Amino acid sequence: MASVTMTVNGKSVSGEVEGRTLMSDFLRNDLRLTGTHVGCDTSQCGACVIHVNGEAVKACTMFAVEADGADVATIEGQANADGSLNVIQQAFQDHHGLQCGFCTPGMVMSAAALLKENPTPTEREVREYLEGNICRCTGYHNIVKAIMAASGQDVSAIAAE
Amino acid sequence: MPKDGGIGASTTRREDVRFLTGKGKYTADINVFGQAAAIFVRSTVANGVIKSIDTSAAESMPGVLAVFTGEDFVDVGGNPAGWLINSRDGEPMKEPKRPVLAHGKVRHVGDAYAAVIAETEQQARDAAEEIIADIEELPAIINMADALAGDNVVHDEIGTNQCFDWGWIEDNRAATDEAIRNAPHVTTLELVNNRLVPNAMEPRASIGTYDAAGDSYLLQTTSQNPHLTRLLISAFVLGIPENKLTVIAPDVGGGFGSKIYHYGEEALVLAASKKVGRPVKWVADRTESFLSDAHGRDHVTKIELACEKDGTFIAFRTTTLANVGAYLSNFSTATPTFLHGTLMAGNYTVPNVYVNLKAVFTNTAPVDAYRGAGRPEATYSIERVIDMAARELGMDPVELRRKNFIKRDQFPFTSAAGLEYDSGDYDALMDKMEAIVDRKAFEERRKASEAKGKLRGLGINAYVEACGIAPSNLVGVLGSRVGLYDAATVRVNATGNLSVMVGAHSHGQGHETVFPQIVADMLGIDPASVDIVHGDTSKIPFGMGTYGSRSLAVCGSAMVRATEKIIAKAKKIAAHMLEASADDVDFAEGQFTVKGTDKSVSFGEVALKAYIPHNYPLEDIEPGLEETAFYDPANFTYPSGAYACEVEVDPETGKVTIERFTACDDFGNVMNPMIVSGQVHGGVVQGIGQALLENTTYDENGQLLSASYMDYVMPRADDLPFIAVSHDGGTPCTHNPLGAKGCGEGGAIGSPPTVVNAVIDALQSGGKNVTHIDMPLTPARVWAAMNNA
Repeated sequence: MASVTMTVNGKSVSGEVEGRTLMSDFLRNDLRLTGTHVGCDTSQCGACVIHVNGEAVKACTMFAVEADGADVATIEGQANADGSLNVIQQAFQDHHGLQCGFCTPGMVMSAAALLKENPTPTEREVREYLEGNICRCTGYHNIVKAIMAASGQDVSAIAAE
Repeated sequence: MPKDGGIGASTTRREDVRFLTGKGKYTADINVFGQAAAIFVRSTVANGVIKSIDTSAAESMPGVLAVFTGEDFVDVGGNPAGWLINSRDGEPMKEPKRPVLAHGKVRHVGDAYAAVIAETEQQARDAAEEIIADIEELPAIINMADALAGDNVVHDEIGTNQCFDWGWIEDNRAATDEAIRNAPHVTTLELVNNRLVPNAMEPRASIGTYDAAGDSYLLQTTSQNPHLTRLLISAFVLGIPENKLTVIAPDVGGGFGSKIYHYGEEALVLAASKKVGRPVKWVADRTESFLSDAHGRDHVTKIELACEKDGTFIAFRTTTLANVGAYLSNFSTATPTFLHGTLMAGNYTVPNVYVNLKAVFTNTAPVDAYRGAGRPEATYSIERVIDMAARELGMDPVELRRKNFIKRDQFPFTSAAGLEYDSGDYDALMDKMEAIVDRKAFEERRKASEAKGKLRGLGINAYVEACGIAPSNLVGVLGSRVGLYDAATVRVNATGNLSVMVGAHSHGQGHETVFPQIVADMLGIDPASVDIVHGDTSKIPFGMGTYGSRSLAVCGSAMVRATEKIIAKAKKIAAHMLEASADDVDFAEGQFTVKGTDKSVSFGEVALKAYIPHNYPLEDIEPGLEETAFYDPANFTYPSGAYACEVEVDPETGKVTIERFTACDDFGNVMNPMIVSGQVHGGVVQGIGQALLENTTYDENGQLLSASYMDYVMPRADDLPFIAVSHDGGTPCTHNPLGAKGCGEGGAIGSPPTVVNAVIDALQSGGKNVTHIDMPLTPARVWAAMNNA
């Protein structure tokens, strides 16, 4: 067992973990932060995307011990200080960018990382950035639309209804 | 215009807030005090005799509480098929027992034959490695034609791999054969409807908790229909009385059919909890999902379309082999028959239809209903062969379809496959689709693609499907072992807000938002004062859950009926309060008013009176304001659509890209257009996935080669364009109170043939004599077809 200490959503946390404990399991089982979801075993689905020191990371791809000392952000820490949805979360609701909600935490975390490095992405750039996030419900249509809207772009002309 | 937040409004979803902030509560997120973990040991061979299982080493591993094998469940029941199909000769289908854990034989890779319960998941996993099973491997039965021809059988006790040999409609067989024999033109197509894995993003999970004090059980599980799961466990598998078993399906991360069914893991965690005296939790990993979730599709079909020289359809005849896998999953026998054969007349006035379908056991995972369930297979066969016929006859594919469409004034129309379509306007859908596509402009787009060295194709398609399966009396005659009604209880609370308990289950469909829109609209109140309760058998009335696009058409109708009862009773209470006759009281916009006066009371005042019944006619009216309705539909609903897809094909590589996709659907009256569009987007993309990307591949030894997201190609955002969707102006369903048709599956039904038709059109435009390619149309398959043509 190893001791780990890290900052998660602005709070200092510590725990005892096995060397093989995945970061996703540490968050879910030890910290009870179950918003980070696990949808596959192969780091393909992206439901577990978190931010580690500001970078988007699949939490199932790193061991908890690797996050020792890191600054970690998860979906639970994304809302505004007053509890209201942040710009990306609000855009997902406004544009129906989620259905079952299972992939959603990873989508929101990936979107935040994208918009940090590319504040006004094109449709193609959004689609390519989401290559590592799988959604089975939405066909991605409204996810892409929501992310573009969150970046401040006018999405009213997207695809006739 | 819809009222604020009422029927027809694109209200944003209230459930989104918890999902967007990480506060959803899926089964794997639930931790029960004292819980232990279960890990299943699954067969690595497709077919084998279990000679012995040595669990002694595993039992002595750290943290292990119990080890189970099939031996522990020989005295309990099996997981049954929900629908009895009779063969053409009247013989009932073959029904092998499906045990909780494999016993005697393992029958597919992933067939669970043991389970370990330990303090932690890692300890259970470590101990599972120590179980020594002596399994004598037998030759695997994978290919359906071989399965029917050979002596090697999946189930020794039934002695054949043919589950049934079904004819629909058998009395039409001779006439159809005769019509085809004499037809001036017959187009024949042999095709494969590829096997798919539903792949809800949330893997299955279950927690069983036994309470010795009350001798009762709680199952928290990933289910689309908790009452059905409870019924199956109670009546067939474990024999736990229903009053001693609560099933809760909390937030569920997508289903698409795969979570309709009861699975052995659910029974195991319940039995294990009783044995070890602790709650027992199991969470599947993704590879387990690939190996053990019910798969979808997997038909091999020959279809013939006979027509006159002018394109008038004379007959459709199909012969199909349908894979049911190693065991009969709960709806596996209904899916290829009554959800497939009955649709084989499509949108057309064709007078002769005959379907022969043989269901075949193989050493593969069970196959059952997956989004669309039988109707995608029917639509694919019909719409592919029509496209081929149009090419052979030199006719425009749109005109050939229009020539044979059932016309708007012909509804209700009884198809040659025996269904009575209540309403539709297929020409109007085609008009709308053609207006969006603009075929003249398509020719310009084709030239632009060609200038880039690409081939461009336009594929079009029409579909009709049958969903909201019903009525119970009819399905009972046809072999269903369940009823297909649903139920809702509307409870008006004392201060005028409402709790509505529904049998439908929401796992992405947005019921928590849409159902209140309907009730609030009917009562003239704020939708925010209405909440939905679903997914908990101890709280909701006995409903059949959510699948087959039934939630709104069936459960929504029950909710409307219950709300009508509320209004009727409230009107009597209001009449008393207003000192008027109930016949003289009108109800509108949340106010009860005496006709021709300004005397009125609000809905909220009436609710309060019902619960504080002072000065109340107790001799005539019961206190309280709560009503339940069960609704059994008179017929299916029949959504329809006209779809178009434009693709570019790279002639150098065979790579297909979707450039444009248009979906025009008729879902009758639409309750929330935003949500309905989302359903179409998702369905269309699952269909595009089937057409271009997804394939479930077993090798000849029965090893599943596509058991992870590295091998099974899920559609990604960058595989797709935005999708143009239109569903306004539909023809209302004529037999349910909302006039609504199911919208959950049309996208997945209409899209696969559209994509394939587009690719064939592209290749033909490039001078390639390619008339068919089996799905998925991967670059390798398209390139090979082009270069062999």
